Amino acid sequence: MIDRFENTNTTIHPLMFVLWLGMAGIVMLFGALTSAYIVRQSAGNWLEFQLPSLFQWSTLVIVISSVMLHLSYLGFRHRKLKQYRIGLLTSFLLGIIFLVLQYMAWMTLYSRGIQLTGNPSGSFVYVMTAIHALHLVSGLLAIAVAIFHAFRLPYEITQKRVDRFKLVLYYWHFLAGLWIYLYLFLNIM
Amino acid sequence: MAEIKEVTYNPETIIDELGYDDHFHEHEHGGDKYQVGFISKYIFSTDHKIIAKQYLITGIFWAIIAAGMSVIFRLQLGFPEENMAWLKPLLGKWIVVNNDGIGTLAPEFYYALVTIHGTILVFFVLTAGLSGTFSNFLIPLQIGARDMASPFLNMLSYWFFFLAGLVMFLSLFLSTGPFSGGWVAYPPLSALPQAMDGSGTGMDLWLMSLVFFVVSVLLGGINYITTVLNLRTVGMTMLRLPLTVWSFLVTAIIGLLSFPVLVAGFFLLIFDRTLGTSFYLSDIFIGGEALNHTGGSPVLYQHLFWFLGHPEVYIIILPAMGIVSEVMSTHARKPIFGYKAMIVSIASIGFLSFLVWAHHMFVSGLNPFISNFFILFTLIIAIPSAIKVFNWLTTLYQGDLHLRVPMLFAIGFVSFFISGGLTGLFLGNAPIDIQAHDTYFVVGHFHIVMGVAAFFGMWAGVYHWFPKMYGRFMSETMGKIHFWVTLISAYMVFWPMQYLGIAGVPRRYYSFDSFQTFSLFDDMNKLITVFAIIAFFAQLIFVFNFFYSIFYGRKVTSKNPWKATTLEWSTDIHPGHGNWAGKLPTVHRWPYDYNLDNVAFKPQYLPAAEGEEVVH
Repeated sequence: MIDRFENTNTTIHPLMFVLWLGMAGIVMLFGALTSAYIVRQSAGNWLEFQLPSLFQWSTLVIVISSVMLHLSYLGFRHRKLKQYRIGLLTSFLLGIIFLVLQYMAWMTLYSRGIQLTGNPSGSFVYVMTAIHALHLVSGLLAIAVAIFHAFRLPYEITQKRVDRFKLVLYYWHFLAGLWIYLYLFLNIM
Repeated sequence: MAEIKEVTYNPETIIDELGYDDHFHEHEHGGDKYQVGFISKYIFSTDHKIIAKQYLITGIFWAIIAAGMSVIFRLQLGFPEENMAWLKPLLGKWIVVNNDGIGTLAPEFYYALVTIHGTILVFFVLTAGLSGTFSNFLIPLQIGARDMASPFLNMLSYWFFFLAGLVMFLSLFLSTGPFSGGWVAYPPLSALPQAMDGSGTGMDLWLMSLVFFVVSVLLGGINYITTVLNLRTVGMTMLRLPLTVWSFLVTAIIGLLSFPVLVAGFFLLIFDRTLGTSFYLSDIFIGGEALNHTGGSPVLYQHLFWFLGHPEVYIIILPAMGIVSEVMSTHARKPIFGYKAMIVSIASIGFLSFLVWAHHMFVSGLNPFISNFFILFTLIIAIPSAIKVFNWLTTLYQGDLHLRVPMLFAIGFVSFFISGGLTGLFLGNAPIDIQAHDTYFVVGHFHIVMGVAAFFGMWAGVYHWFPKMYGRFMSETMGKIHFWVTLISAYMVFWPMQYLGIAGVPRRYYSFDSFQTFSLFDDMNKLITVFAIIAFFAQLIFVFNFFYSIFYGRKVTSKNPWKATTLEWSTDIHPGHGNWAGKLPTVHRWPYDYNLDNVAFKPQYLPAAEGEEVVH
């Protein structure tokens, strides 16, 4: 897809740069949502409620998933095929568990009477977690492609594959970091 | 003053000797994979030059529609008593014909026209048509790159724009009409499907269209930034970039940081519309019945919208500024005055554009204390803007002015930017804005400073780079007629509006029949409408000139018809895929070496002579 012209005078791969810019855009999206949250909250008529404890578990899960993907990357770089493959699979699986936990957290919220259509304090939680989950799905797709590479392509460390793996890795770390931000934000606010 | 030596250069031999060999043409497997077949060459093309033309022609299409809409609603404002039945074949049921055969424009359609006119021009024409066209066309050519960082994403960017346009176009034919709550789409009109006819399906399509559009802008912008920062040729340092490229870079950064915020605002709006949340809605009665929504705030939407909305006006004007700087320096045969000051101004305008959004909301009940903050930063923006204007004027001063059509439009741009910018200083002050906000003063102000001025920048660019795009010139005569008629009629449309505004005539009104006070201004409204119609027909000259010249214009015979310094003029007259037939040019100097050391011009690929000190 990328025609990398060798006259570039920077060391960063253009696609990695594209990813950084994309992440900047996503940061702005969530920055806007959380600012809207603050603005709306300060206007009063704001329902206070306890966040489901499931969010703690999902935070733990996504962090472990992130670590697993990193171990997988290290395995790939150091020719540990088993670590490479198992790490990928585990992080993918944990990503799915994260989504399930988010869904269960929603159900808990719902059963406590915090509905999507009620006071905006609840709507914000649903909307922000849902938009984060959508981004996470895109991350899972990227990992799925990496899994396909890990099991179908002959194992070799080429610059191209390192670059590609890094793209997935950075994006996944970013999504984990984004969730930690949201989790802390929702808890502190 | 010493005699200026006229020079010609042969870029092929210089690039062949000093160029950078990236083995580009050796990569091609059995011919050029980008140039096979009509569909992959002209439709789903990944070549930035073709994509640029696609943006431009799509932009022209939308500009004609949006301008036509303005003529129709100006007819209503200028001649409300006249029979409009002749428009029935075009507008159908939106022209209501009474028993006497007299047709009038349906009020709800008037609002739809105004809304869609604004949406199309701001987003489709002056964002996609302007920065989409020229960022695509000029960035790779001027920085010495083979194409964009990701030609594929670049193609996707255009087709998302096309899709956005398609959805918007379909919405024009809905039986309930397109969205009609204003291009800013404030809730509650935008958030309640039952609020009025256009708020239903029309608004659904409007939102869908704009979400596609944002995807297009982000894909494009990410590509532009990456290309400028990663793919510059050897020697092309940041301080050797033409000001066009600087302006496209900052524009893309602004877009990347502000459009996601708009999307966040749209998401919440979509949830309010479809899932019954109450982000923007509270305590609303429709037809005496209380709605379920409580706890929302419509002002929240305004914050999110204007956090994009204000940077958006710089997304529109910065590319025009870059184009004007480039065109002006070339046709005045002088280095641009204050090159570094121009870059700093562009960057500081980009930075400040994020700190002023609430000056659009002084009448929304914003805390006057907070307003002061926004007033301060709004007025500070006048400083980099004034620096730029000063630099353009000093570039013209004592220049060897060649008043060709692109140069005329560049000068016209400065004229509009000054006169429209000054009224911005009025409106930036909350005490005056609160008086003038809902009057025609605002309409006059923003049309001059970001509507007409940006168009003039765009035309300067089209006339200047048309020879590079199509290998032919546009007609100078038609271009000059286009320029003078547009210049005069645009002023005659928007200056009177500012007068109307100071006199207190409110904007957004379908008709002033019920207000005796304003009948005083009937003649002025007629005058505005007449000039709006003249301006519209002047654009048809441009459209004809554009398409006629693609096929029958005077042929370009030399690579560098304007004797310009930038790299795009070192390519073949019809550059193929990869832009340079052989090696890539390397860069040895800044882009504005005009009439320095008594030499007419020195292109960027020209190495420094022995003992010569280059400017940058």
